[in-house]
Amino acid sequence: MAGSPRVDLSVPIGAGRVLPNPVMTASGCAANGRELHRFFDVSQLGAFVTKTVMMEPRSGRGTPRMAETASGMLNSIGLQGPGIRAFVEQDLPWLKSVGARVLVSIAGNTAGEFADVARVLADSDAFDCVVGVEVNISCPNVANRGLVFACDPLSSAKVIALVREQLPRDVPMFAKLTPDVTDIVSIADAAVKAGATGLTMINTLLGMVIDTDTLRPHLGGITGGLSGPSIRPVAVRALWQVTQAMRAGRFQTVPLIGVGGVRTGRDALELIAAGATMVQVGTATFNDPTAPQRVIGELETAVAAHGVDCVTGLVGIAHDRMVIP
Amino acid sequence: MTPPTPTTSGATVSAQTSARDGVLRVDGEVIAIRRAGAYHHLTIVAPGVAELARPGQFAALAVGGPTTGNLLRRSFSIHKVSPSGTYGGTLDLVIAAKGPGTQWLTELRAHDAVDVVAPLGRAFPLPTEPVPCILVGGGYGSAPLFWLAEVLRERGCPVEMVLGAGSEDRLFGVVEARRAADGVTVTTDDGSAGHRGWVSDVLPEVFRRTGAPVAYACGPMGMLQSVTRVAAEHGAVAQVAVEEAMACGVGVCMTCVMPVRDKAGVTKMVRSCVEGPVFRGDRVRWEAFHDGVCGVPADAVGAPQAGGH
Ligand SMILES: Cc1cc2nc3c(=O)[nH]c(=O)nc-3n(C[C@H](O)[C@H](O)[C@H](O)COP(=O)(O)OP(=O)(O)OC[C@H]3O[C@@H](n4cnc5c(N)ncnc54)[C@H](O)[C@@H]3O)c2cc1C
Ligand SMILES: Cc1cc2nc3c(=O)[nH]c(=O)nc-3n(C[C@H](O)[C@H](O)[C@H](O)COP(=O)(O)O)c2cc1C
Ligand code: FES
Repeated sequence: MAGSPRVDLSVPIGAGRVLPNPVMTASGCAANGRELHRFFDVSQLGAFVTKTVMMEPRSGRGTPRMAETASGMLNSIGLQGPGIRAFVEQDLPWLKSVGARVLVSIAGNTAGEFADVARVLADSDAFDCVVGVEVNISCPNVANRGLVFACDPLSSAKVIALVREQLPRDVPMFAKLTPDVTDIVSIADAAVKAGATGLTMINTLLGMVIDTDTLRPHLGGITGGLSGPSIRPVAVRALWQVTQAMRAGRFQTVPLIGVGGVRTGRDALELIAAGATMVQVGTATFNDPTAPQRVIGELETAVAAHGVDCVTGLVGIAHDRMVIP
Repeated sequence: MTPPTPTTSGATVSAQTSARDGVLRVDGEVIAIRRAGAYHHLTIVAPGVAELARPGQFAALAVGGPTTGNLLRRSFSIHKVSPSGTYGGTLDLVIAAKGPGTQWLTELRAHDAVDVVAPLGRAFPLPTEPVPCILVGGGYGSAPLFWLAEVLRERGCPVEMVLGAGSEDRLFGVVEARRAADGVTVTTDDGSAGHRGWVSDVLPEVFRRTGAPVAYACGPMGMLQSVTRVAAEHGAVAQVAVEEAMACGVGVCMTCVMPVRDKAGVTKMVRSCVEGPVFRGDRVRWEAFHDGVCGVPADAVGAPQAGGH
């Protein structure tokens, strides 16, 4: 593009792999690519993150599945999806055909199901377009009274260890964490020690809306996940705490993917300054279907405005800029 | 990347490959807004949309301006389009002010900017033969039907319209209907215009008189269900345009689903923004809807199992 600043946006995703820029879609906010490809070329993204897929097809929950909230929304989709076999037969080959780099989000009802899903994925024909796997442990563990895996360090570690065994060593594996925990650092620690090569933060926060006309819960699923700009401070805090722990040597330093409320390049820069190497754009895509692509250009401008020529120079920079009186 | 295309009105268009994919995101401009009973009728310059749109499709509008806290798009049936006006292509919508987003839209003035994604969704399928058709609109649901009537009559199909609403001010387009259709029947719940009662009260007579094999309907879900039932009783097919809460309108969020049978009779939770909004009425699992809430039928693909998720 003529006249635009020259900034090196490339970032390491792990296992020696490099993405051309740090911007991705967020799982569940971009379907599996075809719909957004009508608005921009999805191969321009650092990576395309697919909707979390489980072993079997799932209908998801009834409706209403969403409510608009102040600067955000509540959703209760219930991980609707086609199942991993249909995914590797239909969706992944399409993403490969358009040249997308794909971060595949997977989940299971049990730790064993996560591993089964990972195995089908790793054995699939189009697996070479996969630049990493995002393990969505922010979902209920059927074997543990429906408690979310990512709320418990042991359950988190078990899933990560089992999935790691199914994936080739050179495939980066990110654990996606929920902020709905007392101490996110202990979950991050458990996931990294179990073999996660990176962490994605944050998934949605559990919330609820009551319709004040009918005086009943607005969502069919009663509670739902809160997302959008209103949760960005929570994402910044989570990235900050985990980065601080890694810098203090509590566990190995791994690349972080920041997600939560990114709408503009400046928002992306905020997550990067807190410690994220990569950034996902979720709910903002519903407002503007071109948002993930737009954020790439805006981020480039925002980085250049700080007088640096590569985005990695700003990762976690806020930790070094604290004024201690 | 291709730069946005400037247009005569100053509106800009961004799209990857518009012609192939059939949808545009356009920085539109309101050129007229006027009251129509309880509704507002907006004309928006949105270059390129008219050439792509067909009756039954909808537009998703961003509300509140670029820094708003109301992030989700609002969806509206396309009332009509005109490809080559003085302003370079317009789109008309009929909007009922309800919550904050529709309030904002109905308070727009001429020359205000509005961000439009259109056309979206599956249009009304047209009959291959010049058969009589019945078009049923409830409230603002009549908005897309006049354009549909025009297209049907061009193909030689006689058109009967049935318009219903709670009260006279909530009827849209009665005058236009007399021009667009060969016959018009009006109903209101309170009897303030036309027959007192519901469209389903007058429909059997219209089916008997016209022998129509197809009815097209747009309006509240309860009305669509009864149109489907009355059509079936007269051996006709109903094509209904549904309204389910939508967050994105473009197929990426999975909020707008409803249970619909496919050709093989298998029920799936399908996205009404991409596989609809027009469905064959007899494929929709109406029994799953109760007072604004829709459940997942137990026989739907991937339905929650007892003891499962
Ligand atoms: C295919 C389609 C065609 C439509 N055509 C028209 C039309 O021609 N004229 C008209 O006045 N209205 C139409 N509607 C309904 C219109 O979209 C809603 O009234 C509007 O989105 C409500 O926004 P709000 O800000 O007033 O309400 P809020 O309650 O503040 O909306 C909050 C969120 O819920 C969604 N939402 C709430 N109610 C509905 C609903 N009934 N349908 C879809 N989304 C909803 C909104 O998009 C928004 O994301 C149509 C809806 C659909 C799905
Ligand atoms: C409608 C919707 C569906 C989502 N589905 C998933 C999902 O399937 N898997 C997942 O890991 N996260 C899912 N998320 C969470 C997002 O990926 C993201 O973590 C969260 O929304 C915060 O980012 P945002 O504020 O940019 O949306 C979903 C979010 C929304 C709004
Ligand atoms: S409204 Fe988002 S998928 Fe239909």
